[in-house]
Amino acid sequence: MSMSVATTSGYLENLLQGRSQLPASPLAWFNRLRADAVERVGMLRVPTTRDEEWRFTDISLLTTLQFQPVHTTSHLQAAEVEHFYLEPATIRLVFIDGVYAPQLSTQVPGVAGDSDIVITNLSAAVSAHATTLEPHLGRHAEFRNNVFTAINTAFLHDGALIIVPRNVAVDVPVHLLFIATQKEVASYPRCLLIAESGSAVTVIEDYVALQQGVYVTNAVAEIALADNARVNHIRVQRDSGQAFHIADCAVSLAQASRYQSTSIALGARISRYNLNVQLAGEGAECTVDGLALIAERQLADTHTCIDHIKPHGTSRQLHKCIVDGAAHAVFNGKIMVRPGAQLTDSAQSSRNLLLSGRAHIDTKPQLEIFADDVKCAHGATVGQLDSEEVFYLKSRGLSEMTARNLLTYAFGAEIIERIPVASLKHQLEQTVLEQTQRN
Amino acid sequence: MIYQNSKPLLEVRGLRATVNGIEILKGIDLTVRSGEVHAIMGTNGSGKSTFAKVLAGHSAYEVTGGTVMFEGKNLFELAPEERARAGVFLAFQYPIEIPGVANNQFLRLTYNTVQAQRGKDELDPLEFDDFVREKMKMLEMSPDFLDRSVNAGFSGGEKKRNEILQMALLEPRLAILDETDSGLDIDALRIVANGVNQLATKDNAIILVTHYQRLLNYIVPDYVHVMESGRIIKTGGKQLALDLETHGYDWVSIEQRAAAGA
Ligand SMILES: Nc1ncnc2c1ncn2[C@@H]1O[C@H](COP(=O)(O)OP(=O)(O)O)[C@@H](O)[C@H]1O
Ligand SMILES: [Mg+2]
Repeated sequence: MSMSVATTSGYLENLLQGRSQLPASPLAWFNRLRADAVERVGMLRVPTTRDEEWRFTDISLLTTLQFQPVHTTSHLQAAEVEHFYLEPATIRLVFIDGVYAPQLSTQVPGVAGDSDIVITNLSAAVSAHATTLEPHLGRHAEFRNNVFTAINTAFLHDGALIIVPRNVAVDVPVHLLFIATQKEVASYPRCLLIAESGSAVTVIEDYVALQQGVYVTNAVAEIALADNARVNHIRVQRDSGQAFHIADCAVSLAQASRYQSTSIALGARISRYNLNVQLAGEGAECTVDGLALIAERQLADTHTCIDHIKPHGTSRQLHKCIVDGAAHAVFNGKIMVRPGAQLTDSAQSSRNLLLSGRAHIDTKPQLEIFADDVKCAHGATVGQLDSEEVFYLKSRGLSEMTARNLLTYAFGAEIIERIPVASLKHQLEQTVLEQTQRN
Repeated sequence: MIYQNSKPLLEVRGLRATVNGIEILKGIDLTVRSGEVHAIMGTNGSGKSTFAKVLAGHSAYEVTGGTVMFEGKNLFELAPEERARAGVFLAFQYPIEIPGVANNQFLRLTYNTVQAQRGKDELDPLEFDDFVREKMKMLEMSPDFLDRSVNAGFSGGEKKRNEILQMALLEPRLAILDETDSGLDIDALRIVANGVNQLATKDNAIILVTHYQRLLNYIVPDYVHVMESGRIIKTGGKQLALDLETHGYDWVSIEQRAAAGA
């Protein structure tokens, strides 16, 4: 034990060296936030499979990769990245290896029309919006007990900042595009979305790669919904098959607000997504759907926690994994109903498809219910393709492989179809189709 | 219709098959020539669906004896999808629901697969849409069924129409319709039967599996076979179906046992 602490603390110290490149902020609280995070990193260690929360996910390989943020940022022409763009209209912020790329991003105001909407690079906007930001930045994504969130916070600089003012609906989706172009680097993407009372916005958090090398993405997102706000959050992780992707998203819902999340994990050698949704106001509603489609030796771990704090909350969750090759999917879905959260209505379903004898799934619903007048349904299934369905398709002339691909695709499409942005939906349908057909 | 000198499409000789080690088919003999309509009747559990699924190539059934030739080729050397492409079509007694696969996508995929096999042109989505809507008109099916998942949430009758729609698209040489009449009300039965009659030519053949005579008022069989305990125990013309309707099946088995004893 002490051995591993020593080695991982050396690793963490090395990681933090890259901070010397960071400019200090003129804001004392911002600098303090980073300093607190640095201090916290010093007290934490990299989790191992002996930690309950990491029981199925061995990340020891990560500690051999001492990657630093990019030294020289890549300059990309629009033509090189346009195929990632979502048409027709989106407001887009592009980050290249974690660094904001203004020349590829939409400048708001101007395009969005409403000049009160803030959609911009965090580091540039911190001073102008300090009073709005201070109560949120670093306050939702808990870094005291999460070493990766602490590291990300220690590197706080560029990131996506979205502020939707009271009763404003952003009428086009906001596309946050994180492009990995260099290997052997670490990036620390950060998003902060503040949806003020009665506002509405759709945000797509999209991780893509222009190369297939090894790199580390450590991303943190914080989303705060005020009363009656509505946020649709789509997250697509299509990193390189060699990459590590560790991410933490914390969402806080005030009274009668509605949060809808669809997260799709396709890439990365090892990925871990923590999603914590707090229903902190009465009558809040969330839908938390997920799909992991992995093969070969990929590992995709999704840990969600839906925390019902106040009465009359509703949560719906459908998580699906399609696992081929020798891949390994992990799903841990915690539903917490606190003593005050009477009349909570919660339903969770985990459905999993194993496509090969070497594929592996660990799925664990975890219900912690401390209120008595609640409705909580949950279920988990792990299975293979239905042989009667395969036979039916073959009896119509489709080959065994086409039949299996079609059924696999259909299994995943149930989640993809829930994405409300048509162009992204079609893009992903195509990706899933190709992915299910490559074996 | 029976044509002089028409070629045999299907020749079944002494066919035996088991499921989970239990013998269900115990020696079936049947010859079907192009142009003909055969009815296979028999009580529940006599092995009609098993016979149909063995012909389609379902892997739950193990063929333990006998031969089946389809257009002169050994049917058992073909995988289920190869049989379909060669022109064998089974309309399932219980069509399978496939949530998540859109019916139009499925229909076009199967249509183009079979067309490609026959060296004919495939249709793009727009062309196919026009084509399939025509076929659906014949079956008085609403185009709404194109956008839904294959058979998912369809009523019994809607599933049966969707089966016949597939038959209309794939234009099989040999169509085996397993209890296509069950679940259809009288109007639907007439529409579906009409559709089947329009698809019947002198170059293809149809095997109707049913245990009611009702369907045979609309699709008139050239031969009626009675199946019992995995064997065909009597063969006759369309009059046999009427006799079965009036007198039940018992007299056939009694007659058959007497003949066997003699
Ligand atoms: N997959 C199966 N597993 C076990 N028994 C089966 C299976 N399929 C058919 N059988 C049995 O075989 C017999 C014949 O069934 P079936 O062919 O469905 O008859 P029919 O279609 O004439 O009503 C029945 O006793 C049935 O229970
Ligand atoms: Mg039957």
